[in-house]
Amino acid sequence: MRYLPLTDTDRSDMLATIGASSIDDLFVDVPEEARLDGPIRGLPMHASEMAVEKHMRRLASKNLAAADAPFFLGAGAYRHHVPASVDHIIQRGEFLTAYTPYQPEIAQGTLQMLFEFQTQVARLYGCAVANASLYDGSTACWEAVAMASRITRRDRVVLSGALHPHYAEVVRTMAKFTDDEIAGAQPAIQPAPDNAGLISRIDEETSCVVVQYPDILGRITDLSPIAEAAHEKGALLVVVNTEPVALGAIKSPGEQGADIVVGEGQALGVGLQFGGPYLGLFAVRDPKHVRQMPGRLCGETKDAEGKRGFVLTLSTREQHIRREKATSNICTNSGLCALAFNVHMTLLGETGLRRLAAENHRLACHAADRLAKVPGVSILNDNYFNEFTLMVGQDARAVVHKLAAKGVLGGVSLGRLYPGVDRLSEGLLVAVTETTTEEDIEALASALEEVLS
Amino acid sequence: MNAPNASGWKPEMTPANEDGLHNGPATVTGNRALMLEEPLLFEIGRADVTGVDLPEPAADAPNRLGGLDRAEPIGLPGLTEPETVRHYTRLSRQNYGIDLGFFPLGSCTMKHNPRLNEKVARLPGFADVHPLQPRETVQGAFEVIDELAHWLIELTGMHSVAMSPKAGAHGELCGILCIRAALEARGDAREVVLVPDSAHGTNPATAAFAGYRVENIPTTDEGRVDLEALKERLGPDVAGVMITNPNTCGLFERDMKKISDAVHAAGGFVYCDGANFNAIVGKVRPGDLGVDAMHINLHKTFSTPHGGGGPGSGPVVLSEALAPFMPLPYTIRTNDGIVHLVEEEDAEQFSQDHFGGAMQNFGRMTAFHGQMGMFTRALTYILSHGADGLKQVAEDAVLNANYILRSMEDLLHTPFAASGPCMHEALFGDKDFGGDLSTLDLAKSLIDEGYHPMTVYFPLVLHGAMLVEPTETESKAALDQFIAAFRSLAERANAGDETMKQAPYYAPRRRLDETAAARKPKLSWTGLDE
Repeated sequence: MRYLPLTDTDRSDMLATIGASSIDDLFVDVPEEARLDGPIRGLPMHASEMAVEKHMRRLASKNLAAADAPFFLGAGAYRHHVPASVDHIIQRGEFLTAYTPYQPEIAQGTLQMLFEFQTQVARLYGCAVANASLYDGSTACWEAVAMASRITRRDRVVLSGALHPHYAEVVRTMAKFTDDEIAGAQPAIQPAPDNAGLISRIDEETSCVVVQYPDILGRITDLSPIAEAAHEKGALLVVVNTEPVALGAIKSPGEQGADIVVGEGQALGVGLQFGGPYLGLFAVRDPKHVRQMPGRLCGETKDAEGKRGFVLTLSTREQHIRREKATSNICTNSGLCALAFNVHMTLLGETGLRRLAAENHRLACHAADRLAKVPGVSILNDNYFNEFTLMVGQDARAVVHKLAAKGVLGGVSLGRLYPGVDRLSEGLLVAVTETTTEEDIEALASALEEVLS
Repeated sequence: MNAPNASGWKPEMTPANEDGLHNGPATVTGNRALMLEEPLLFEIGRADVTGVDLPEPAADAPNRLGGLDRAEPIGLPGLTEPETVRHYTRLSRQNYGIDLGFFPLGSCTMKHNPRLNEKVARLPGFADVHPLQPRETVQGAFEVIDELAHWLIELTGMHSVAMSPKAGAHGELCGILCIRAALEARGDAREVVLVPDSAHGTNPATAAFAGYRVENIPTTDEGRVDLEALKERLGPDVAGVMITNPNTCGLFERDMKKISDAVHAAGGFVYCDGANFNAIVGKVRPGDLGVDAMHINLHKTFSTPHGGGGPGSGPVVLSEALAPFMPLPYTIRTNDGIVHLVEEEDAEQFSQDHFGGAMQNFGRMTAFHGQMGMFTRALTYILSHGADGLKQVAEDAVLNANYILRSMEDLLHTPFAASGPCMHEALFGDKDFGGDLSTLDLAKSLIDEGYHPMTVYFPLVLHGAMLVEPTETESKAALDQFIAAFRSLAERANAGDETMKQAPYYAPRRRLDETAAARKPKLSWTGLDE
């Protein structure tokens, strides 16, 4: 067995050193009746590298990869080109196979990267401090809600109807087990989000208001009036972003008054990966809120010779010290995904990120104009970044499957995201990125034409 | 004696005894000439540089950004591609990973990360598929989830598995929420979760996050849960207990079945922290011990790489009593061989058709359906090992740990060595150290010997704890070499060798001031002048 270096001679020599006569002597504390005798039911014996790869390739071949079709899915996960050197760097063993940097003297690579990552995220979001990442955007969203409750000592959460429904569902799930009460609204199919309605639901009991930017339908809304209204009542504004590339084109949530900004960082460096591992981004505008933050933080310090170095810090918030009084039970981050984000962002830089954002927006505008010409289709959005909502005049769930049958991955139906809300069923979310070609757009337009006729 | 250090951390250059730092064996391997200092990205990057070729924005391009165009600079410096590769390659050289050498972190299980797993996870059919793709276009992905789920159930002897939790602690939360949902479904509001004082910090934090009050259960002098104290505390207010087995003292909880029976008799549920499943995989099924829920850290038992602290993946196996409450989404294979993804949309229909209406899912814990990239790696590892190999994994992991325990017990304090074999990890204390030397000094000295330190100061039940876990992928030669270095350090520590207080001497950094970092936190780059 290629991963197991001990030989039978090693094993018997070691047993002799230990003073045991057989391996079973080392399992004496396992009660007889709980010991497994014989092989694991149904599992084949060990297999060669070649045989395992063949099996896994067969499974992989049953999936339609995004690169092999005109591809327009978004809704919280975006397909962007990842430069080849990103994957090269994250596969370096010193990054890939390292553990949590608890011994900072020999983990400066990971720690310096995290410090750079925190700085990049804070700047992108217009915030003072970002953490070293969480599991994904949706869990980061719940952590922001929990943090707002800790800060305000209030427990009424106002959710925008245009928050990604899976994110809202995660918040609702967790709130069932805490004291938080959720005031959420159903989304409405209209060109502009209902900010007046949202603001009217903020009161003196409200811990936070959670809005998405750009929202689930792709609309971009001015956050400042919402921030003002929230602050007036002593509530915090939590802003969720699922497409970080958008922030290369539009104002940051922080500069519009957001208190906590969370999001999904998958779009930069990480790839689609069928939903995970992804990268939860988390930042706060006010540095005094840092001690209420969940997750790991990397900070700068000096070593015994006075050289600059980095360590995990403020761990008194964390579960390994505070146990049941910790700010969160999270004891990991998405370190490798944070590295991928960090490298991709370094390759882009300010110039590259802005060009990437501009290219995404240009292609999205082009796609919207082309798709609007398909009979029976209208574009809902007045504004958008790289994702917008098509109204298709019939159940978009069926349309998606018919498009797939024609080899086109045409978008995400609102019916799949909001199964209980019939009036949304005619909406189709279409995302365009720099990987989308004019041919792809043409293919979607003509396939839609056939499907809808 | 001037044996080379085969751990691979750094090539040997300086014989130890000539630098006057200590008198240990010549395993010290300083090589500073190739250790390059690397500035921060923000000190070397430039705003107008990019390493990606993209078109320049056209002046007449449409703008539909709702008037919210970003006006101010973001402050993100860029590097060209060669500069980027060099920056991160240099940073990587300041890191220690399992690919460089032995990494004996106890309870954290750093083992060989086969590159086949990486290759498989990067197949476009897995890496380049969207979580919301039409289901008929991702049958292979659902089959991976279903196949891995099947083996996790089989290996643990449980009823079902929730695959969506994103990490071990997220899995703990999932398990505790299943318990709470099950109790609430029977109208039984309970307030307390019992947690042994030797438990991982995530256990009490998780129980508290799920709205429970946490009470500690003491550990016996033998390093196991105090069964009598536990039984005494059980009652109608106890929702459940959280037990780690094998536990953090490295021992098997031999009373596990009695604990489960007592908890069940009192109307509660048993959560098992499965972080150490690698010690018993193929040898013991937790389901046979009465466990109701247990998360499995895929990176620990099934070798998915931990990437400097994550990502993890924490599927949770569930007993029949808890299975109906598992979170959405989940997969199910119907009799026609098709694997379905069950989400809010069809939860009710599937519950009726396949579970007789029994499913009462407590909701969704994450946006999509879990760590697919980890599932492909873990399944690849399981199939590579097979039924014979997985059993050997546990046996070799336990053999290696006991070999280290018995090779050190004459030199180091081993409080629980008399209470039976250890499982996957060996626990030592710093009781016999001379001077004012502590566990930390030994740990930092180990770095100079070319090793990553073991887990220190955990579990909390032992003063100056050192938890050493070799795992099954280490050879006897590697262990013998580590033992030689570890023994020489133990001898020096016992003799009160003050030079150890300054270690490490040969790492990229000397001891870092963690107190200063916490007192005045600097958490992002603000400029050279500060």
